[in-house]
Parts: sequence; structure tokens; C-alpha cells
Amino acid sequence: MSHHDHSIDPKNLTQDPSKATMEGKHKFLGLWIFLGGETVLFACLFGTYLALKDSTAGGPSTHDLYGLELVFLMTVLLLTSSLTSVYAIYHMKNNDFKKMQLWMGITAALGLAFLGFEIYEFAHYIHDYGFTFRSSAFGSAFYALVGFHGGHVVFGLSWIITLMVRNAKRGLNLYNAPKYNTFALYWHFIDVVWVFIFTVVYLMGMVS
Amino acid sequence: MSVNSAHKSGFGATLWDWLTTVDHKKIGILYLAAGAFFFLLGGLEALIIRIQLISPQNDFISAGLYNEMITMHGTTMIFFAATPLLFGLMNYIMPLQIGARDVAFPFLNSLGFWLFFFGGIMLNLSWFTGAPDAGWTNYAPLSLQSPGHGVDFYVMGLQLSGAGTLMSGINFIVTIVLMRAPGMTYMRMPLFTWTTFVTSILVLFAFPALTVGLFLMMFDRMFGTAFFDVALGGNSIIWQHLFWIFGHPEVYILILPAFGVFSEILPTFSKKRLFGYTAMVFATFLIAFLGFMVWAHHMFTVGLGPVANSIFAVATMAIAVPTGIKIFNWLFTLWGGSITINSAMLWTLAFIPSFTIGGMTGVMLASSVADYQYHDSYFVVGHFHYVIVGGVVFALLAAMHYWWPKMFGRYLHEGMGKLAFWTFFIGFHLTFFIQHFLGLMGMPRRYWVFLEDQGLDAGNLISTIGAFFMTFGVLVFVINIFYTWKKGEKAPGDAWGTGRTLEWATASPPIHFNFKQMPLVRGLDPLWIEKMEGNNKMTPAEPMDEIHMPNGSILPLIMTIGFFIASYGFIYQVDHKAWLIAVYVGMAIGMGCMLIRSLRDDHGYHISKEEVEREGD
Ligand code: HEM
Ligand SMILES: [Cu+2]
Repeated sequence: MSHHDHSIDPKNLTQDPSKATMEGKHKFLGLWIFLGGETVLFACLFGTYLALKDSTAGGPSTHDLYGLELVFLMTVLLLTSSLTSVYAIYHMKNNDFKKMQLWMGITAALGLAFLGFEIYEFAHYIHDYGFTFRSSAFGSAFYALVGFHGGHVVFGLSWIITLMVRNAKRGLNLYNAPKYNTFALYWHFIDVVWVFIFTVVYLMGMVS
Repeated sequence: MSVNSAHKSGFGATLWDWLTTVDHKKIGILYLAAGAFFFLLGGLEALIIRIQLISPQNDFISAGLYNEMITMHGTTMIFFAATPLLFGLMNYIMPLQIGARDVAFPFLNSLGFWLFFFGGIMLNLSWFTGAPDAGWTNYAPLSLQSPGHGVDFYVMGLQLSGAGTLMSGINFIVTIVLMRAPGMTYMRMPLFTWTTFVTSILVLFAFPALTVGLFLMMFDRMFGTAFFDVALGGNSIIWQHLFWIFGHPEVYILILPAFGVFSEILPTFSKKRLFGYTAMVFATFLIAFLGFMVWAHHMFTVGLGPVANSIFAVATMAIAVPTGIKIFNWLFTLWGGSITINSAMLWTLAFIPSFTIGGMTGVMLASSVADYQYHDSYFVVGHFHYVIVGGVVFALLAAMHYWWPKMFGRYLHEGMGKLAFWTFFIGFHLTFFIQHFLGLMGMPRRYWVFLEDQGLDAGNLISTIGAFFMTFGVLVFVINIFYTWKKGEKAPGDAWGTGRTLEWATASPPIHFNFKQMPLVRGLDPLWIEKMEGNNKMTPAEPMDEIHMPNGSILPLIMTIGFFIASYGFIYQVDHKAWLIAVYVGMAIGMGCMLIRSLRDDHGYHISKEEVEREGD
């Protein structure tokens, strides 16, 4: 079963290197299953937010706070970063390490930009409206939901940056390919959650 | 960091081996040992509660301490005794049953154990500074107003251990999906593996709800948020929802593996295949699915309204159907079998009527109108102990007798096994049967004292006497373990001679790589099939070859210690900001370990073909 030279010869490899080993398959399925749990986590946070979004205790409400331009920009950044991670994985499957690193780098840069705007948004609410996670139940629920998502972005960024630095000189092999692949999966999930936040928090908050 | 100390000896080496192990069998034993320790603690707390209630207006312990006792008893028993003991069994047995050499993520397995263990330690350290006292359900706003740090220990302890449990759940799912031996189709998996699988799915979907609830509680208590604070628009019912969205599935996380245990023991000692295998698998899924739809039956009296109450009532009652199917299948397995009665079987046979009583009172509680009478009375305490003790604890004890020879190579002593069984069994019914009537007569749950001359005296006295019987039974079992360790009779691989599943095809205890060659599975009960065809062992599915094994690692332990320190920091930074240093240092240790883990390539090691051939089985 086991002949463990983990390097791969690009010329005679046609399959997806991220799933060529048992370990790679385990990781891939494991992450999918983990995301199942994450879905419940976010569902509970969404439920809490929906229950408390109008409990402003006399403080700022969704209408006072949200602005579409910023959130729209953030959405574009994050959605694009999901797309660029697809490119990266595409190049991984073609065993083109350099291009994969490049596109992963772009993904990380977009993610960082998103994060920057999110921090700006929070700072803006805090300084200009005095709206914090202690202001009201709405404040608590808002920062919990959006903040948890932001926390996931931070974690994802640390993950991919570590991977890229770590493997910069090593090239692609059967040992690290699954790691890039699971990262990409995780990143898509973050993106999907954001789409729900965009709709349920911001759009609904501005319309209703 | 990577060790293979199989050939070293001495206390230091042995200790290091256990602290760094990633072997699912050793991790299983660690779970069992830690779970047993917490079980004894929880049992002691139960006994103290019962002594307090031995007579009316007793003042054995103070009211405040009493609240701490019931909180710690419930929390300890559910999170740190019953769950980990079952996870220990799953860890040890399931990979053997599917013919795997380990679980899918051995490193994560070890991390899951340490997180659970340190969560339990954290919770119990609260005894020195004031334990949580808001009940194991920790309802807001009571929990928010609880002074001191007790509830904070509850929050952080459960958060740590919950993370560990989730990891184990994911691990088991991937293991079962991807690591079954050749020929082990889904519909050939033993029932214990099936219930491990379905339980893991429940863990996956239930624990994140608890995670969220605990986070919100943590923010409210430590950082001044307003989730449950009505003055700022918060809503304390959210806690109840989150808690029970987790909490009700949790009782199925406990009972499904118990069902799995009985479904293994009955065929072995009836010398018949399990009756209605397919129906059993189907019923397991149905119970799990319904288990998610019924959480609000704990909240009938909250004021959700008649429509919601009715829906949840009917959904709850529906669970009786698949459960009934199981009961009948067990009875039909016995029917016409050639039955051996030993300790494992006694616990199994006692389970059937005991659990059925618990199920019937469950249907009574599910009737939402009637629940206005039962709610928070001793009737509830009677009900859930019939289910949890009569179901889960009986299963754990049955499983101990059944798999002990597999795990430790020696049989538990039968005489002591029977003595422990009879005293515990009688004590159990003495303690809890009468509680239903105490409840119907108006005795509330979680009350420190009851009054004289209200007809509650005799019932409470009997209940406490029963608790002493149970204590005696547990002590006999503990003595049995020590006796067996020193003098127990040695067991062969197929310890009972009538083993049907793959774990019995290995040595007792199994070699560290489980199987020299992956077995070829040709049907349900693969070992039995081979025995019927006159082979005394499994047909191998692969040629003898070198075996790839994972390296041990100390990182999971250090990582856990890091998060443990950070949790302490979170709790005490409320008093003094200097404690934030503990948060940062702890987090740095934890994250640092994660970083080391991802920076170092860890390819594991190989056991050479010659060595595989040499190791006896
Ligand atoms: C075997 C001996 C046991 C005895 C004598 C015992 C006794 C008790 C008593 C007296 C209470 C307090 C009832 C009240 O005043 O509200 C209680 C509560 C509870 N017990 Fe046990 N128990 C035992 C085992 C277990 C086990 C094995 C579990 C779970 C695996 C368990 C889970 C609970 C829970 C969840 C509560 C609720 C605590 C609360 O009301 O907050 N018990 N038990
Ligand atoms: Cu329930």
C-alpha cells in the first residue's frame, strides 16, 4: 500500500494531486463534514440576529447604520477572491505551482482588502454612532454574527499565508496539495456565508 | 516530538508514550479512564444530594452548596462521564469493527481527548473558588446573575470539551466512510459502528449550537453584551432554544451508542444474528432525525403557544415508534436463541424493561398539556434517570464486561460482576421509581429541602437508600477492575468463542496496528461466516506488506494547555485586566502549536514487512 515518495513528477501525473493519497481524501471529506457543523454555527447566529435585530434599546437601528456602497464593495472583493481561488486550484490540478501561488496570493490580497473594509465599517459605527456590541441586544447580535464571519476570514488568511510561505521553495507535492485544496473549500464557504449576511443583514436591514 | 516508544520501557517512557499517543486504542483507554474518574465524582455528588434529601428540612449541606451539587452532578455526568465513556468505547472498538488500522485523523483524535479532559478539569477546579450553581441547563437570567466565577468555569469548561467532542465526531465519520476494510459495505457494518456513525452526525449538527450558546453567555457575562439582558432588548429564551437544540440531540448522542452496544451483545450471547438488521439501521436514522425536531418539548411551559406545543408534542411521541421497533428486534433476537447469561447479558436484559419504563414516562411528558403538571417536578428526575441510567449506564457496564477481555486481555470476575449488577439494579429502581410518585405528589425538582408531613418523607428515604445500594454496586465493580488487573483469567482473541464481528478476529489486546493484513469481509458478521466455514481466522484481503503508521505527538497536549491557560485568563480578566496576559500567552501557545504542526512535514513511519510478520497475533 505504501511507497512514500511524496514528490511528484509533473510529467507523468495526470490526476488531481490533492486527492492522490489517502490522507488527501481524508482531509477533503473531513473539511466538508466540518463545514456541515459550521453551517449550524452560522444558522444559530443568524437566528439570534433575526430575533434581536429590532431590539435597539433606543440606540441606532439598522436603517441608521448600514450603507450599501461599502457593503457592495466588500461583497465584490470577497466574491472575486473565491473566483481567484478557483483559478489557483485549477493550476494546482495542472501541476503549475507558480501560477497556483500567484492566484492564491491574489486571493489573500482580496481577502485582506475585505477585512480592511470590515474593520473600517466597525470603527465607523463605533466612532460616529457610538454603536458597540454593548449598546443594545441588536448591537450584540450584529457584531456577533458579522464578527464571527470576520474571524473566519482572519483564520482563513492566516492559513493560506502560512501555506504559501511554508511551501514557497518546496513546490507542489502530494503532501501539500490537499492543504491548498481544503483551504479553497473553506474559503468558498466563507464566501457563501457572506452572501447570506449581505442579504439577511444588510439588504433586509435597509429595506424593511 | 515524534516517538515510537514501543520498544522503550520504564515509567518515564511509558508516561511519555501515553501523553503523546495517537493510537485509537490507547486514546480509547484514556477516555475510559478519565470518564470513569468523572463518573465517580458525579456519583459522589449524587450521593451528597441524596443524603441532603434523606429526611425533611435536613441541613446536611447549605442551600448554596446544594445548588452547586446539582449543577455539578448533572454537568459532570452528561458531559464528562457518559459522553466520554461512550467515546472511549467508540474509539477503541469501531476501527477494529470495520477492519481499519486507525482513525482518519489520529492527531486530531488525541487533541479531541485532551480538550475534553482539560475541560473537565477546568470545570472541577471551580470547586476551590465556587462552583457553578445555575443547574446543568444554566438558564439565563439565573446564570447571568450568579455571582462569582462558577458559571464562567461552566462556560469555558464546556467550550473546551465541546470542541474536542466535535473533532472526534468528524473523525469518526470520515473513518467510517473512507476506511472500511475491503468488502465491508455499509449494510455489513456492525450495529455499534452504525450507531457510532449516526451519533457522530448528531454531534456534528448539535454541538455547534452549544458552542454558539456558550459564546453568547461568555460575552454577556465577561464582556457586557446584551443577548440575554432584557433591559437592553435581549431575550433569555434564546439561551433555552440554543441549549436544547443541542441538548435534546445530546440525549440521543448518549442513547444511540448504548443501543449499538446491546445490538452487539445480544447476538453474541444468543448465538443468532441480530433480528431485523435493516430495520435497526433504519430506526437509528429515524430516531436521530426526529431527535433534532423535538427540542422545544423542554420548553412547553415557556409560552410558545398551543400550535408550537402540539407540533413538538406529536414529533416527540413519534420517536416511540422506531424505538419500539428496536425493542422488539432485541426481543426477537433472544427468541429461540441459545442464550448464555453472564454479567454483560444481565445488564442487557435489565436494560430492556428499565428503558421501556423511561420511554413510557417520556411519552407522558411529551403530552404538552400534562407537562404543565410534571414540569420541573421529581417526575422529570425519575424519567430521565430511567433513560440515562437504565439505558446509558447499563450499556456502559454491559460493554465493559463484554469488551474488557478484548481491551485488556483478561476477563472481569463473573461473581463480582453479578454482585455489582444485582445491587446496582435493585438500588436503581429503589432510587428512581418512587421519584415519579414524589413528583406527582408535588415535590419540585432542584429544591434544597422539603417539608414534613406532606407525604414525601418515606419516598425520599427509600430513594436515598437506593442510592447507597448503587454506590455499593459501583464500588464492587471498581474492586473487580483491580482484582482483574492482578489476577483476572487470560482471554484469547475471540474471548467469548461466539464473537461475530471483526474485533474478535484480532488478538486480545490487539497489536498496535490492529490487523497484520486487512481482512476480507464477505458478509454481515464476517468472523462468524469464517467460523461456520471452518476457517479459524479471517481471509486476508491483501498480501503481507509494510504498514504505514502515524507518529505520536506531544503537540495536542501542549496546545490544549495553551487554550486552558487562555480560558483562565478570560474568566479572571473581569476582575483584573492583568489576566489578559494569560489570554495572550495561552493563545500564543495554542496557536504556536498549530503553526508548528503546519510547518513541519509529518509523514509518519513504516513498520517493515519482516516486523509485521514477526509480531504474533
Ligand atoms: C447512579 C446514581 C445517580 C443518582 C443517585 C442520581 C441522583 C440525582 C439527583 C438526586 C438529582 C437531583 C434532582 C434534583 O433535585 O433536581 C440528579 C439530577 C440529575 N442527574 Fe443524576 N443521579 C445518578 C446518576 C446520573 C447519571 C448517570 C446521569 C447522566 C449520565 C445523571 C444525570 C443527571 C442530570 C442531568 C440531572 C439534572 C440536574 C439538574 O436538575 O440540573 N445522573 N441526579
Ligand atoms: Cu428532549
